Amino acid sequence: MKILVAVKRVVDYAVKIRVKPDKTGVETQNVKMSMNPFCEIALEEALRIKEAGFAEEVIAVSIGPSQCVDTLRTGLAMGADRGIHVETNSSFLPLTIAKILKSLADVENPGLIFLGKQAIDDDCNQTGQMVAALLGWPQATFASKVVLDKDKNVATVDREVDGGLETLNVDLPAVITTDLRLNQPRYASLPNIMKAKSKPIKKMTVQDLKVDIKSDIEILEVTEPPKRKSGVMVSSVDELIDKLKNEAHVV
Amino acid sequence: MLLQQYKCFGSSAASKIQRNPLFSSLDSRDVSYFKEILGEKNVIEDKERLETANTDWMHKYKGSSKLMLLPKNTQEVSQILQYCDSRRLAVVPQGGNTGLVGGSVPVFDEVIINVGLMNKVLAFDEVSGVLVCEAGCILENLATFLDTKGFIMPLDLGAKGSCHIGGNVSTNAGGLRLIRYGSLHGTVLGLEAVTANGNVLDMLGTLRKDNTGYDLKHLFIGSEGSLGIVTKVSILTQPKLSSVNLAFIACKDYLSCQKLLVEAKRNLGEILSAFEFLDNNSMDLVLNHLDGVRNPVSCSENFYILIETTGSDETNDREKLEAFLLKSLEKGLVSDGVIAQDINQASSFWRIREGITEALQKAGAVYKYDLSLPVEEIYNIVNDLRGKLGDLANVMGYGHLGDGNLHLNISAAEYNDKLLGLIEPYVYEWTSKHRGSISAEHGLGVMKANEIFYSKSPETVALMASIKKLLDPKGILNPYKVLPHSLFSH
Repeated sequence: MKILVAVKRVVDYAVKIRVKPDKTGVETQNVKMSMNPFCEIALEEALRIKEAGFAEEVIAVSIGPSQCVDTLRTGLAMGADRGIHVETNSSFLPLTIAKILKSLADVENPGLIFLGKQAIDDDCNQTGQMVAALLGWPQATFASKVVLDKDKNVATVDREVDGGLETLNVDLPAVITTDLRLNQPRYASLPNIMKAKSKPIKKMTVQDLKVDIKSDIEILEVTEPPKRKSGVMVSSVDELIDKLKNEAHVV
Repeated sequence: MLLQQYKCFGSSAASKIQRNPLFSSLDSRDVSYFKEILGEKNVIEDKERLETANTDWMHKYKGSSKLMLLPKNTQEVSQILQYCDSRRLAVVPQGGNTGLVGGSVPVFDEVIINVGLMNKVLAFDEVSGVLVCEAGCILENLATFLDTKGFIMPLDLGAKGSCHIGGNVSTNAGGLRLIRYGSLHGTVLGLEAVTANGNVLDMLGTLRKDNTGYDLKHLFIGSEGSLGIVTKVSILTQPKLSSVNLAFIACKDYLSCQKLLVEAKRNLGEILSAFEFLDNNSMDLVLNHLDGVRNPVSCSENFYILIETTGSDETNDREKLEAFLLKSLEKGLVSDGVIAQDINQASSFWRIREGITEALQKAGAVYKYDLSLPVEEIYNIVNDLRGKLGDLANVMGYGHLGDGNLHLNISAAEYNDKLLGLIEPYVYEWTSKHRGSISAEHGLGVMKANEIFYSKSPETVALMASIKKLLDPKGILNPYKVLPHSLFSH
């Protein structure tokens, strides 16, 4: 079985982000970029499944500008067997990404597609679900535990949901998106970094995959949330009621 | 008055200090005067707050001061000192109280002058990178402020969340970045200090070059509050470079660590920004006593090295570091290693190195030594002491290998004089024999006030004493510390 893992290059989780003055987005120039933490967890899980003998190949995929190769190299250094870079300078929203991943899945025929539950830059939490829908495959999202049954070709997944934990059985092939508690990703070790240098990264374009990239969503503006205003001391209950009524309009 | 004796917990049994009988004792008129000039709120007599202010971070040194003063500006510091000098009241300048040699807390009843309220950034020049701020600014807060401007402080140390820049300057703090940015003697461009008689010395230049007369600020940098209280600092900060890489390496023996350092300086050159080491005992200690840490390298080794590079080209730096490490792996200098893939991983590597001090506190009693030695000798002292102490204690070696600075720590269940007798003066004599320093960066404080002769000649020390007597004739500033007691007999 092959496992396809989608990894996204995002602003590093620990960086304090700033909105660009022209409000078109977040400042990414001269800012540390890293693999999305949930994608890291997804890749780690795929590697563990391969090491347990359930899969022969883990393929890392990234969609974006030329620097995505760095993210794929990290994936290869963790242990992925090969990488696919769909090169584009456009910033795609989840539906387009999902269409691209579907095209790749049609070519590679993986038994499992792993994604992070969401990217920390847009927090969309949509791509995994859309890929599953486009492929007509079952999905198990927010996975905190994955157990495979090779004979029955089924994955048993614990999901972290608002009410607690839900356990699902999904037939393979399936799409799984990963949550924080699923695993602790391994570090990229020197021997693996060395091996990664000879692993192939295939470059492709959106045209190669015959995907329609027209988006029906347009980002108009990105702004910072309004700054918290400092509190006001009131001198009496009457003044408080007056303010609640006439200023805050909540009474 | 009663002759008070003070025995430093865990310090050489020979140094029983006695309170200088010439110092006055605090009375109610003094307290009223201070309340008049500082306001009631900033004159602290509260027992709990004094308990904290009287005790050092290691809980090894404890004074019995009855008063802490919180001046808000230089003028108030000047008034306080002028008064204390005239009254012959001894004082302790205090910042973040994170010092490791008992220099920041009273020995007896000295009045504590804590500059914590003087915490404003006064000016920042985004072209030159010169930052001017008050001495009570916490280092981490300055770093956060600079981060928004795209700059970094030239020093970084484990205590950053609590230590003050005034304290850093007064102790000539070293830290993790010294290998790249140099010491405070180079990065501090100016300072304002108040001497014992309340005289305000304005040396707050912001110029990179100024050869007009004797550069007096250097006297105050590292004098541990014994020549004056630093009230403002002008420091040269560095642009924040976007490409930071961190590797955690395992080496079989100390010789490999040494060779790796030489190779790193040559191959990583201008992008090398930190080179730290820790031994296996230190790693074990951290893994046992701190939560949420794991060994980044898959199997246990004898030595671990942290190599950090900072540059402006992410891809170039990454390739340079990888190429260097892979070559070192092939040459057998490195047995294993990992490179951090994001800031969180990098933080977790640093947590191990920076967490050793905390882990030592949790493990029990710790005898702490901070030595500068020739790089090739650094681990010999660790092995020798380990052999000498045997089962009595756990000996750990770690530190700023890139600067030739060893943090030698001996951990035991409890403090005991027999153990201390085996450690001191052995460690000092060993260091002296190799012309090393018995205090690379921590300072002398009260812990090593009588040990300076292991690293400095009698003539040099005599001149230091003259300077002290010139600037502080009554000896009220941080008494019983830094210089040997014998020079100030009373």
